[in-house]
Amino acid sequence: MAKDRTIQLTIDGKKCSVPEGTTLYEAAKSLEINIPVICLHEATTPEGLCRQCVVEVEGWGRLAPSCITPAEEGMEVLTESERVIRTRRTILEMLNASVDLSQSPALQAQMDRYKADPERFPGAKKREKVILDDNPFYIRDYSQCILCWRCVQACADDMQYTYALGIGGRGHDSRITTFFDYPLPETTCVFCGNCVGVCPTHALQGKTEHLLEKGLQHHEIRARRREERNERRRST
Amino acid sequence: MNEAGKIVRSTCPYCGVGCQVDLQIRENHITRVDAPFDVAPNYGRLCTKGRYGTDYVSHPSRLTYPMIRKDLGTHPRKPIGLAGFRRASWDEALDLAADKLASIIRENGGDALGTFCSAKATNEDNYLFQKFIRGVLDTNNVDHCSRLCHAASVAGLQITLGSSAMSNSIAEMKDLEVLLITGSNTSETHPVISTFMREAVVKNGARLIVADPRQIEMTQFADYYLQHKAGTDVVLFQAMAHVIVKEGLVDKNFLDERVEGLEAYLPTLEDYTPEYAEEICGVSADQIREAARLYGNAGAAAIYWGMGISQSVHGTDNAISLANLALLTGNIGRPGTGLNPLRGQNNVQGCSDSGGLPNVFPGYQPVSDPDVRQKFEKLWGVELNPEPGLTTMEMVDAAEMGVIKGYYVMGENPMMSEPDLIHARHVMEELDFVLYQDIFMNETGEFADIILPAVSFAEKEGTFTNSDRRVQLIREAVEPVGEARPDWEIIQDLALRVEEKLGRQNSAGFKFENPAQIWDEMAELTPPFQGITHERIQLEDGVHWPCPTPDHPGTPYLFSDSFPRGKGKLTPLKYRPSAELPDKDYPLILSTGRVLYHWHGGTMTRRSKLDDIYPEALVEIHPYDATTIGVDSDDWVKVRSRRGEIEVKVLVTERSPQGMVFLPFHFVEAAANILTLDARDPQAKIPDYKVCAVAVEKR
Repeated sequence: MAKDRTIQLTIDGKKCSVPEGTTLYEAAKSLEINIPVICLHEATTPEGLCRQCVVEVEGWGRLAPSCITPAEEGMEVLTESERVIRTRRTILEMLNASVDLSQSPALQAQMDRYKADPERFPGAKKREKVILDDNPFYIRDYSQCILCWRCVQACADDMQYTYALGIGGRGHDSRITTFFDYPLPETTCVFCGNCVGVCPTHALQGKTEHLLEKGLQHHEIRARRREERNERRRST
Repeated sequence: MNEAGKIVRSTCPYCGVGCQVDLQIRENHITRVDAPFDVAPNYGRLCTKGRYGTDYVSHPSRLTYPMIRKDLGTHPRKPIGLAGFRRASWDEALDLAADKLASIIRENGGDALGTFCSAKATNEDNYLFQKFIRGVLDTNNVDHCSRLCHAASVAGLQITLGSSAMSNSIAEMKDLEVLLITGSNTSETHPVISTFMREAVVKNGARLIVADPRQIEMTQFADYYLQHKAGTDVVLFQAMAHVIVKEGLVDKNFLDERVEGLEAYLPTLEDYTPEYAEEICGVSADQIREAARLYGNAGAAAIYWGMGISQSVHGTDNAISLANLALLTGNIGRPGTGLNPLRGQNNVQGCSDSGGLPNVFPGYQPVSDPDVRQKFEKLWGVELNPEPGLTTMEMVDAAEMGVIKGYYVMGENPMMSEPDLIHARHVMEELDFVLYQDIFMNETGEFADIILPAVSFAEKEGTFTNSDRRVQLIREAVEPVGEARPDWEIIQDLALRVEEKLGRQNSAGFKFENPAQIWDEMAELTPPFQGITHERIQLEDGVHWPCPTPDHPGTPYLFSDSFPRGKGKLTPLKYRPSAELPDKDYPLILSTGRVLYHWHGGTMTRRSKLDDIYPEALVEIHPYDATTIGVDSDDWVKVRSRRGEIEVKVLVTERSPQGMVFLPFHFVEAAANILTLDARDPQAKIPDYKVCAVAVEKR
């Protein structure tokens, strides 16, 4: 198979030619069509998890996740068909039903764009978790986690090669966790914060920012740090 | 409060990787640090120091106004905290400093001054500093901590290639085929570089050789881990060279075209059999053979090293032994190859490039060369001293002999970083005058007569040059604290006042309005910088020097056609044991170094939340030795050497080999350099921080 083969396809009625192996997402981007994404990030490997980037391919029975679907010769792709829009809206509504998305401006913008109803599933069980505050650098608030896996990927083979974070539990109980649920200082974590850098919500957030948002002043944050430090010293 | 705040692109102030950072500013504080994903060298990656360690910028103990020692003139001077100083105006402090400097010059000449510029300050700060020292203070006594860091790498590369920088770029790392890491605890000292090395191994199938006495984290990714005994590097790498020659793995064409000294070199390899090396280094002959084959057979192989190679009494030889390997196999001058000393400080490369060394002007142009001197004399409008100056350690010697009367220290902390600190502190007490310019009070500042408060990286403009010679910008992100001023402004103001006291009204042209103008003057005098301007860096994010013209793209890897000295030189070596080896009184080897969460003398990181996760010094002891001494983790021990003793907590771990203890040097309360030995490499004058003898006992 020749590597430099060029593929011709049509996206939203516009002709497009891309090198073989290009995904539909990238092909659309080359036409300046911005497909919305949730789990995809330029620094991590596309996994096709969230399905927000789905597009309709003429002749296909199911919608295609554009971040992992390679462009093929002669494809006719619609990135904003009625079916696509309905799917994206439902994905957002379901996410919103179980996760606190209030701290994610990007997702709020998508809610507006697709007219998602935040109350569509009023009886849904919320993912309610206690904020994990086990280190001096960042907190983990998994009630805001949408399980995009970016943090796990950043910690592993996409950025840091440290493997402190993993995925645990099943179904509704699926969650990002550490080995044996250990506090971060007891894992291989080196606190590079590369996971925080790719987190799309505030599930992972720098402690300074977290405390500022709780209304503390800079000098109060410093005093609190000193207190926590003394506490740790007393307990060891 | 949920607004995003202001975001300012800058360069991380910690190590030589030179990560690009986006500083998020709220209410004049850095509240979050991110990395742009599409910009070299770090492409979105940061380490804990870059992401969480810049909070020192707004620490309440920042120096915010000039100060003068209350007991001025008392002899000997004693180290004293801030309470021993009184507040002064900039005018009073600078006039007094100028008076003192001028009177030392008049009475004893400029060579009675010792000055330290800073690997943490910008290129522009350092250019102006050395211009002031050479052009106004009439001396070449200017040096910085690079002397205590890669001086031996520079010396070794000068002898073999005529060069003094990392040959290849960080961007090449993820595509490496074979890499050898030695004397570099990369994942703690250059964490972001280590992620690209791991990417090469994990994702791209690169093969990794790690040679290090300590079982550092990178060994988990290694194909071959050669745990040689501390101080036996020359034997290990010469034995690899032996195998490469014996098994015909040399690159004949490369040797013919680009290398000299082969005839003299080959016979000296005869004695370095793998079996001999096994005896000396403690690495099996088979492992040495296999590692040599891996390196010798590779299409492209790169060598990376750190302080473990250079901070040694035979540091120059260590660096040469690595250069010999690269020259024999032609592993230099192409992508994915090279001889790569990983630079420690954010701007240690740039400080040297900008002339912060006693023997050279900016761009490594010798002060002893009349043509070079003439060029600088013409532009600066002054006469220049042709005598190369003293190195940091030689300045301590000269101060001890009474030749040096005064110090001017900008942004360095020699009273934490010099070896044999008790001795170095005693020398400092005898000086007539100490001028100190920094962002915090530190162990060196306690000896000062006058304290001049400078601003941090986040409060000024300028450039840093990272380990792969990439010149990058820093930008003003927060307002300066109090009355603190940028280093270049302080230097310029002081220079004008000293000129006035000496009756040389504005002779050397200290009339810069901003750092970009300072850069332009340096570039005018320094051919490899001539294609670089602040404006261009702004557009391209960074430019690798050499870059001689505006249309030159910059040079990510060096030596594609030739070496600065012409041909590469294979250099025979003789193994010399370390200066102080264990005996019955001091039975263990002490090696010093760094940990992930701290930085050098700790001036910055110990004022950061980084200190919360690693709040105290720990001495690493092998379980076998711990049992012999009768201690466990968290017990307290006394570590004694012939120079002094400290008390420190124990961490029992197999990371350090049996017979060797490891101590980080960041902690003033357990200062490792009280124990270390002032024994120096004869060529590079670098002290040995990696091998001295100590005794450890339960407290």
